[in-house]
Amino acid sequence: MSEALIRVFQRFPSLRPYALIFLALAILTVFFFFPLLIMLVYSFAQKGTYGLIKPIDDLGQYLTSFEWLSNYVRSFEPIYLEIYARSLWMAVITTLLCLVIGYPIAYYISLKVKPSWKNTLLTLVVVPFWTSFLIRTYAWIVILRSEGLINHGLIALGWIDAPIETLLYSEFAVMLGLVYGELPFMILPLYASIEKLDTALLEAASDLGANAFWTFVKVTIPATLPGILAGVILVFIPTIGAFITPDLLGGAKSILVGNLVQNQFMIARDKPFGSAICFGLAAFVLVLLFFYARYSTRKEKAIFV
Amino acid sequence: MRTRKLSRWFLFSESSFVYLFLYAPIVILVIYSFNSSRYAIWEGFSWKWYEILLKDQLILRSLKNTLIVALTATIASTVVGTIAALGMQRFEFRGKGVLDGLFYLPVIIPEIVMAASLVIFFGFIRFKLGLATVILAHIAFCISYVIIVVRARLEGFDRTLEEASMDLGANELQTFFRVTLPVIAPGIISGALLAFTISIDDYIITSFVAGVGSTTLPLQIYSMVKTKVTPEINAISTLLLIPTILLIVISDRLQREEK
Repeated sequence: MSEALIRVFQRFPSLRPYALIFLALAILTVFFFFPLLIMLVYSFAQKGTYGLIKPIDDLGQYLTSFEWLSNYVRSFEPIYLEIYARSLWMAVITTLLCLVIGYPIAYYISLKVKPSWKNTLLTLVVVPFWTSFLIRTYAWIVILRSEGLINHGLIALGWIDAPIETLLYSEFAVMLGLVYGELPFMILPLYASIEKLDTALLEAASDLGANAFWTFVKVTIPATLPGILAGVILVFIPTIGAFITPDLLGGAKSILVGNLVQNQFMIARDKPFGSAICFGLAAFVLVLLFFYARYSTRKEKAIFV
Repeated sequence: MRTRKLSRWFLFSESSFVYLFLYAPIVILVIYSFNSSRYAIWEGFSWKWYEILLKDQLILRSLKNTLIVALTATIASTVVGTIAALGMQRFEFRGKGVLDGLFYLPVIIPEIVMAASLVIFFGFIRFKLGLATVILAHIAFCISYVIIVVRARLEGFDRTLEEASMDLGANELQTFFRVTLPVIAPGIISGALLAFTISIDDYIITSFVAGVGSTTLPLQIYSMVKTKVTPEINAISTLLLIPTILLIVISDRLQREEK
């Protein structure tokens, strides 16, 4: 059997890569691309009973009346726009916080510590990634809840009389949880980028009279821009679709797009509308990545030219 | 010179704070799992949450489900992903660029989108939700991660080793199993570890495609957290840290051996 296969591939060497890729592609086609396609079709349908879609009696009428677009039209209603705006705001602030917090530590590990320490310090940054995201989010409940560590501590110190109820179930808590969860994804690409920084450039800048601040702004930041952008993308994309953190740490007021989708599927049982929102989210992410990909290839070309 | 000292001091203290921020919540969780009180006040050391945990049938059943899903998904996605990674890394062929993008998509697309599309899909083909749907979904999203990790490791592979093996009379299959596989094994193991970690931790996709009786540990913990905070969850969390630490030690060893 295997001998026969080998002979076939010796006869037609160009088939080899396809044979190796076939199984992975088949699985992804059935369980990833095909489901997305069905979801696209669903997003143009209407909600029926028992979480199913409503049968269409007259396709011509359905198409000409533009009823098929109604889920997408509905997704622009003010209450939903507010949720998108909040998701966007949370994702932007989380990303910025991760960048501001992550840059100094990435800089420290890559340029200021002994080489023998680098790997250990980097591994320590990655360890939380290997730890369950759910558990790390839960840890913040233990710390922030009204019977939690912070409130008890503050009461014990006599700084407050009654627990601060708004620590947990607030936008603050969601943001804290998101920064905590995503920080390693910012630090790693920043490290990779700062590590490659030519320190002779920094010396040149200071020889030419630039102080530490201007050297950083004019030399270090531009030189490490690819790392900054990679980190921004890696943090921003999971954050915009975040579900666990806002669900566990946010209150009813901090619903984000991810929770909206889940509500449509599990509670409202409106799969078509949920699908339309999913496609909006996916499209937004893909557009961002498209611009990122264009930037990064141009950047690489610029380095080679 | 003074600014240099100042910036060094700033970088050192900022980094220390980041490490504190990353680890303090985890350490607090471990400490509280041994607290005899269910509140934040320390009332003495106790194993009682672990005792309750080990008698909890729901937890034990969901642990069993989690392990079944994670092991099956890891083995399947590692085998399929490694073979595909070899195909992608070794050859230049028509459509490679497109495939490259397609294999990345499951990693890029927000998880909630994949979860929603899978639940529609299983409904569409009338496939009853249960452990099987969870396993299939996990295999599907782990494959891309395995391909990415294994490909990254294949980049440094010395092809002359294979040529030498063939010159010495081994056929392609022998070369693959005796030369290629042992050399890329660390990469495959890290791919498998990543797949295992992602599968064992997944909540979003699992919660959409799990049927009755196929609750996994993250789903169980989630519903416990949503209803009320009990120190039992601190105890499970602490126990779940043990395999994590083991995984890190293993992958650290592997990296060292590679160098």
